Amino acid sequence: MKILVVDDFSTMRRIIKNLLRDLGFTNTDEADDGNTALPMLRTGKYDFLVTDWNMPGMTGIDLLKEVRADANLKNLPVLMVTAEAKRDQIVAAAQAGVNGYVVKPFTAAVLKEKIEKIFERIQ
Amino acid sequence: MGNLDKKKAALDPEVTARLREQSDELKAAVDSGDYAGAMKLITELNEMRDQSLYREVGRLTRSLHESMRNFQIAPQNAEQAEALSKMTDASDRLSYVVEMTSKAANRTLDLVEEAMPKANAIREQATSLRDDWLRLRRREMKPAEFRALYERIDGFFVSISDEAEEMYGSLSEILLAQDFQDLTGQVIQKVTTLVKEVEDNLLSLVVMASNVDKITGTTHEFDESEREPEDPTKGVGPQVNTEGRVDVVSNQDDVDDLLSSLGF
Repeated sequence: MKILVVDDFSTMRRIIKNLLRDLGFTNTDEADDGNTALPMLRTGKYDFLVTDWNMPGMTGIDLLKEVRADANLKNLPVLMVTAEAKRDQIVAAAQAGVNGYVVKPFTAAVLKEKIEKIFERIQ
Repeated sequence: MGNLDKKKAALDPEVTARLREQSDELKAAVDSGDYAGAMKLITELNEMRDQSLYREVGRLTRSLHESMRNFQIAPQNAEQAEALSKMTDASDRLSYVVEMTSKAANRTLDLVEEAMPKANAIREQATSLRDDWLRLRRREMKPAEFRALYERIDGFFVSISDEAEEMYGSLSEILLAQDFQDLTGQVIQKVTTLVKEVEDNLLSLVVMASNVDKITGTTHEFDESEREPEDPTKGVGPQVNTEGRVDVVSNQDDVDDLLSSLGF
């Protein structure tokens, strides 16, 4: 299981990577925005994408739309972990095809629950 | 009625007195047919209006300058004094906060990442020793195995006391890494005070401008369509005052409820 973690703050990427490692996912890579993440996703054979929303360059929602529009990536599970808390935004993410939405600040238990739920649904 | 009160309150009593005096003189000049004198008085009135406006703008500018200049924080040691003396404006100060918090977060993460594998190793060793210990208690162990277990227990006591000491060291360093809160707290409070002062001064400027508009009878036309709409796809960051707002979720349960209402 290879996971890409996209967030513009390196501390948040480290926190998510540590939590993922505790859940048994040790194969993780990092990117700091959508523009960096997209080429990695296209070449790197990732199984799961965790992304923030608010980032310079390409935002998480635009990255999600790019992923869904790409024939090779369109089925990639995407979990959004973000401080964006407007109802309109959550609806927009759902419409764009997000698989899960975790609002910051979050707990390890919430992250675990959402990831497990996504995998349950896929299998 | 309320508008009239505001108009009265907005003018300097000295200006009001002069205005009254000159309007009487103006009336007298017009009544007596002294039109040149009347025109001169009108020009004077105009100048007085401009001057009181300039004076008010000047006063606000001075208090803004004052707020900016007073915007200093008291350093506690030479290192801080040097760090702080380099900062001359609020945005520098806020970058300093970002830098300090990021340094502290990274330091804490380093120490946590060092300590976690140690805790893991201790747990694994303890589990394996406990399993063998139970076998010993059930008398399922051969003497050679017992001798090996004896050695391992010996080694475990040494390593556990070393690793516990190292973990304790990490924890106290994590404790110390939180000292940024003191400095960043001071800086943010100063910036907040400055913002508040600027806000108050801007508000007085707006009130004054609207009074000037009322007195001079100026109207402005605003084109609402020129205002840039907020683009939610860009991301707006964390919501700070969520109480009583219906357009914003306040926790993960709200997110889950919203998503499940959408068929998730």
